[in-house]
Amino acid sequence: MFRMIEADELDKLATGAWILGTGGGGSPYLAYLNLRKLYAEGARVSLMDPLALGDDDLVAVVSNMGAPLVGQERLADPDLAARPVRMMEEYLGRRFRAVMSIEIGGGNAFQPLMVAAKTGLPVVDADAMGRAFPEAQMTSFAIADLKPYPLTLADVRENEVIVARAASWKWMERLSRKACVEVGSIAATCKAPRTGAEVKRHAILHTTTQAMALGRAVHDARARHDDPVAATLEAARGKLVFRGKIADVERRTTEGFLRGSARILGLDADKGARFEVAFQNEFVVAWRDGKVFVTSPDLICLLDSVSGEAIGTESLRYGQRVSVVALPAPKILRTPKGLAHVGPRAFGYDLDYASVFEGEMA
Amino acid sequence: MKRIGIDVGGTNTDAVLIDGTEVRHWVKTATTEDVLGGIKSALGQLVRETGPRMAGGLDAVVIGTTHFTNAVVERRGLERIGALRIGLPASASLPPFVEWPQDLAALVQGVTVMVAGGHEYDGRPLVPLDRPAIRDAAKRMADAGLTSIGITSIFSPLTAECEEEAARIVQEENPGAGITLSHHLGRIGLLERENVTLLNAALQGLARRTTSAFTEALRQSGLDAPLYLSQNDGTIMRAEVAGRFPVYSFASGPTNSMRGAAHLSGLANGVVVDVGGTTTDVGYLKDGYPREANAAVTIGGVRTLFRMPDLLSIGLGGGSEIAGDGSRIGPKSVGFRLTTKSIAFGGDTLTATDIAVAAGRTSLGRPQYLAHLDRDFVSGLMVRMAGMIAEAVDRMKTEAGEVKLLAVGGGSFLIPDQLEGCSEIIRVPHYPVANAVGAAIAQASGEVDQIYSGVAHEAAIEQAEQEAERRALEAGATRTSLRLAELEDIPLSYLPGNARRVRARVIGDIGAD
Repeated sequence: MFRMIEADELDKLATGAWILGTGGGGSPYLAYLNLRKLYAEGARVSLMDPLALGDDDLVAVVSNMGAPLVGQERLADPDLAARPVRMMEEYLGRRFRAVMSIEIGGGNAFQPLMVAAKTGLPVVDADAMGRAFPEAQMTSFAIADLKPYPLTLADVRENEVIVARAASWKWMERLSRKACVEVGSIAATCKAPRTGAEVKRHAILHTTTQAMALGRAVHDARARHDDPVAATLEAARGKLVFRGKIADVERRTTEGFLRGSARILGLDADKGARFEVAFQNEFVVAWRDGKVFVTSPDLICLLDSVSGEAIGTESLRYGQRVSVVALPAPKILRTPKGLAHVGPRAFGYDLDYASVFEGEMA
Repeated sequence: MKRIGIDVGGTNTDAVLIDGTEVRHWVKTATTEDVLGGIKSALGQLVRETGPRMAGGLDAVVIGTTHFTNAVVERRGLERIGALRIGLPASASLPPFVEWPQDLAALVQGVTVMVAGGHEYDGRPLVPLDRPAIRDAAKRMADAGLTSIGITSIFSPLTAECEEEAARIVQEENPGAGITLSHHLGRIGLLERENVTLLNAALQGLARRTTSAFTEALRQSGLDAPLYLSQNDGTIMRAEVAGRFPVYSFASGPTNSMRGAAHLSGLANGVVVDVGGTTTDVGYLKDGYPREANAAVTIGGVRTLFRMPDLLSIGLGGGSEIAGDGSRIGPKSVGFRLTTKSIAFGGDTLTATDIAVAAGRTSLGRPQYLAHLDRDFVSGLMVRMAGMIAEAVDRMKTEAGEVKLLAVGGGSFLIPDQLEGCSEIIRVPHYPVANAVGAAIAQASGEVDQIYSGVAHEAAIEQAEQEAERRALEAGATRTSLRLAELEDIPLSYLPGNARRVRARVIGDIGAD
């Protein structure tokens, strides 16, 4: 039920988490560097099966909140990551049993590992998205109507914020986002704590292990000079939906989010076809020859066709050769209630959920 | 406009004289251990063969060299430095040199200090700048005898205040020390910008010695012309600027070769196919410059912010070995042993060059040695090799439709006169020295990559353009020839105030207005 995460699993987690980021979530590179350094100094992190949690155990749900670009100057820091967790323990007057990530996609996959290395808590093998999403209400916990508060937030100076209550998940997103912007658009947070029972029932389970397996498949394929894109498809039960070259990228920011789209012209089997993928930080909707093809919550990932490396929405460039891969979304996100939170309408598209996995999943 | 371009490669030092757009003469000599000898003998030969009139009215000499890259890769000629990072309490867990290869860090790391200061993305101070701590660090660096200091502050590409203030303090405590400030070198991305700053600091002594040796080589050859070095983006900088910023010359080789192909063909857009002995490199020219790759470039194991041309390499070249039954082409190659190993030269290994000789595509070697080959076998292999090239060209294409293909490299006879997806095959003259030609024709540039927030969209772009122009002028461009070569405007997520990242690049001809 517990096992030590090995040093050589960290880069696999980084690769896998970046793919599951579906273009957003921020690159895990700097957080990964921190972990590698902590491991070199002797720290070890233990991974806990969520099923080993007692129903009344208290679990810290952590994330690094803010703009990925600010994170390239104000770098991920394990001591900072641990502070809101200690604040929350103090505020509640209770100790945590373990720590977990709010989102496995992108840099936040490493946030609980940094906390764990500093506090000795085990990391729960689970998250609340199974991927990356831009907002706090886009989680399995919000879909399940769990309590959205309290939240603790700390910045690198002596600033600490507690959001004691919020009327809804959306309100919690608004209040905490305001505080985050004020401290420079980067902050460490500890979201509303969850009980062991809530995690077992409502979290998306075993996603840390899945991300590592995905990363390992890509690394192994590269080492064997096999196709890393094919390895991704196999490891994550995904489908290759398009292969081509980026012909055009258009971006704009509205309400603090990076929105835009990329047009892709087909190569190989897709020669002559056109593809378009729209994003709001993460990839949200994709069209093939003008017809809706895949939508959120299915994971739409753009991978470098040669290296298999995931490409973020901020670094899309004209001329890149990409493979568009769809990975199945966790079941909870595909329920009618889930789709209300994370389906295409939640991102402002008047479209029904479209999947390339229709009828294939229970 | 008369110029000499020099390419100092691992094997050869090439020099080419161009007059206007014409290549007047070129020479190839062996590269020497000290680099300088090779340059002197190349220049000497060029002057001898073109006559003394050449030296008069020369506008510029441009050197493309891998000298500084090699110094980092081979860990030689580097000096121990002081590293100052401003930005505590942020980013403390990942200090300077954090992911450097140990042997390189051990060679370069002198005194490393982190102090409080730096800025937010919107220009607010992160915390007050800790001047006493900077003074203390500067003293320790001076006491340790360090004469080259690299200074990096959080968000300095946005606000350089902290770095400039720190430089003043360091100068007071350590007069005469060379100082590299990160905002002169780079973009957003603290670790990568800092890495480049530290490498630049470690190369200060070597850069000064090398550029003055280059200048001396010119003088001894009787040439009185300003000296420039080529940079990784296909443009050049004055030798004295290169002496201060040697890192800018990193990775300039492939760029020069593609730029040379553009010049020799007179085309600004198209696909350059460089067929060497072992591989074929395919890259795209856009408005006379190579399309850049996306990935960060690692130099000697250190992550940097530099960009390289976007190249696709396939294992096909003049020396590619071919299975006796024709079932396999490459990727193994006889390489530089082509003239002893391949059948056309009396050897015993069937190579791509042999097939081209048998097909009558090149006058190399002796066709009679290949008389035994079946005609269909030969033409079948030529078609397959052409297919490999066509596929690589197609993979690199970003738009449907046909492109012009510029053929360069010693093995370019493998490219047929017609190729699927290409409107025209242009065989570039003087192809063996495309690299030196690329150096000779380079222009000067200035680049800005900065975040703007709370500023109107148009104002942000205008400010970026103006700063890029200023930098281009500093690099040696004439005011009248300035033009905006690139403008990238990316809105940023999760940031208020219409924050955007604007990257502008201005280029212009070198010379005096």
